[in-house]
Amino acid sequence: MDIVFLCRFFKRNATFHSVFAWMAFVRILSITVYNMKKLGNHYSILKTLFFSLALLLSASVSMGQAAPAAPAPEAAAAAPAEAKGDPAAGKALFNSNCAACHKLDSKSTGPALRGVAGKHDMSWIYKWVHNSSEMIKSGDAAAVKLFEENNHSVMTAFPQLSETDINNIIAYTSEPKAEPVTPPGAGPPGTAAADSGISNNVILGALIVVLFILVIMLVMVNRVLNRVAEKNGLEIVTKEPGTPIWKAFAKNQFLVLVSTIVLMLAGGYYVYGYLMQVGVDQNYEPVQPIHYSHRIHAGSNGIDCKYCHSAARVGKNAGIPSLNVCMNCHKNISEVSDTTATADHTKAFYDGEIQKLYNAVGWDKATQKYTGKTQPVNWVRIHNLPDFVYFNHSQHVTVAGIECQTCHGPVQTYEVMKQFAPLTMGWCVNCHRKTEVKMEGNAYYDKIHSELAKKYGVDKLTEAQMGGLECGKCHY
Amino acid sequence: MKTVFRIIALTGLTLSMSSCFNSKKPNYQYMPNMYESTAYETYSESDAFKRGGVEAQTPVPGTIKRGYVPYEYPNTTAGLEAARAGLQSPLDTASIDLDRGGQLFGIYCAICHGEKGDGKGKLVKQEKFLGVPSYKDRAVTTGSVFHVETYGLNSMGSYANQLNQEERWQVAHYVMKLKGEL
Repeated sequence: MDIVFLCRFFKRNATFHSVFAWMAFVRILSITVYNMKKLGNHYSILKTLFFSLALLLSASVSMGQAAPAAPAPEAAAAAPAEAKGDPAAGKALFNSNCAACHKLDSKSTGPALRGVAGKHDMSWIYKWVHNSSEMIKSGDAAAVKLFEENNHSVMTAFPQLSETDINNIIAYTSEPKAEPVTPPGAGPPGTAAADSGISNNVILGALIVVLFILVIMLVMVNRVLNRVAEKNGLEIVTKEPGTPIWKAFAKNQFLVLVSTIVLMLAGGYYVYGYLMQVGVDQNYEPVQPIHYSHRIHAGSNGIDCKYCHSAARVGKNAGIPSLNVCMNCHKNISEVSDTTATADHTKAFYDGEIQKLYNAVGWDKATQKYTGKTQPVNWVRIHNLPDFVYFNHSQHVTVAGIECQTCHGPVQTYEVMKQFAPLTMGWCVNCHRKTEVKMEGNAYYDKIHSELAKKYGVDKLTEAQMGGLECGKCHY
Repeated sequence: MKTVFRIIALTGLTLSMSSCFNSKKPNYQYMPNMYESTAYETYSESDAFKRGGVEAQTPVPGTIKRGYVPYEYPNTTAGLEAARAGLQSPLDTASIDLDRGGQLFGIYCAICHGEKGDGKGKLVKQEKFLGVPSYKDRAVTTGSVFHVETYGLNSMGSYANQLNQEERWQVAHYVMKLKGEL
């Protein structure tokens, strides 16, 4: 039998797996105890062994606790306030009025605004903010130049902003750029990523090393004791070679019969389990061409599943969003926020993945324009029903109103998407048997619902009673 | 020494049993020709197409889908102003479904514009998407909302891909309801 299949089966049958591991552990323990007995003073050695193991465990626990306590980064020193306006009030105004089209340090729909006070004088800026189209029409040279430089996009007029408001905004845009804060004592980039894995891998490694040392020590202690016994003239009791165990086993016919039956049953169980998992792709978690994190988008940002998978509302297929859906937000969001990065994935990594999107869709970040050079993204399909079964998303999502998570699992926590459900027929049928149909507010089906309810003598119909178990509903 | 080897062999066997399962690769299938469609399926690759056999193709130029109504206003500032002034909703009072419009608004718009249309959606609160205006501060009409949904405006993208024309009108009516309540 192919070892890989066996492995899959072991993975899927955690209980058996643990029983196997437990058996191995008990065997090791018994062998150790047996060896100790031969030496005559097994208690002290066993004690040492357990003592060192306890010591090791406590050490690893304290290490694990110490690892994540990193010093909090110091807040950047606040820049001195401009005499003319209040940068804090300006920030609030900027975020609510300007930030849709302007960023401080990079071009967006409009130009970057940091240091804009140095480019134009204040009276010109007041006029521009209050009504820029008027200035362009009147032929102001600087205004027309700006209009030409920014793809002829018209800036909304803000007559409601007073001159003090504009002063505050300008004070905010005149603040020097905050230096990227590095936590004190941090090494060069790259070391941080290696540090993150320390807690688990190092502890495991240390455990293995210590276990190995213990084994060697045992052997050495055995040798020393033997030598001591030799010097003192003690005779070491050696076991006389008796009948080999397998011969004794073969002679006992009852034992042979019982163990054959046990072996056949166990073998049958494994063969059955192995055959049943063929074609089931539960927990399939392929590497995608762009590392898209559902944890960030659906989890921390709380974007509705149907925002991107809009076809799930109306179509058979849930739909892999075309890249223009990504660009709805990522036209504006070209890098992740500092809080998005995790121990496993740095900010630079995530920014690189957004850049992959830009490359595929042909978006030039610098000029804020599409270059027209696109390349398709070769997503790897995860959920794939066989051709002989019909499944329709809209029927489940819109008509039945089932949450996406019912079948797809807690996707909002997945950093890498995987298949949650087995997608086998038994799994479908179980849900159809259990799920009660939402009958309220569906006047069109009132008659058939009441008739069926009377036929089965129930208040609530399940999907199975509605005919959800008929072969032809899904296989045709 | 013999026992040491036994221990190592046992641990090795356990490890090899559990470690070779690879979740990055799909599982084997019984009779794959019953699983895989002969005809090309959604998002499959097919030799029937050029450019690497991508099944997801754009429609042939000049074709429209069933039920499509041509939209005459161009994607320009002038077009937006014309839509703001003159574009009327084709829906009559009986076919305006504010419940459905609200659901669609909740899926596609509220993440930035906020449940109430006040420009305080979740992404804005997290400072990931800034400068989303409140509907109260903008001179929006049903026509201009439909126009912006169709083409997008500045940082906002087009939603013509996710919402069909009728759904966009439903959302536009819901937006006007929110504006009235602000």
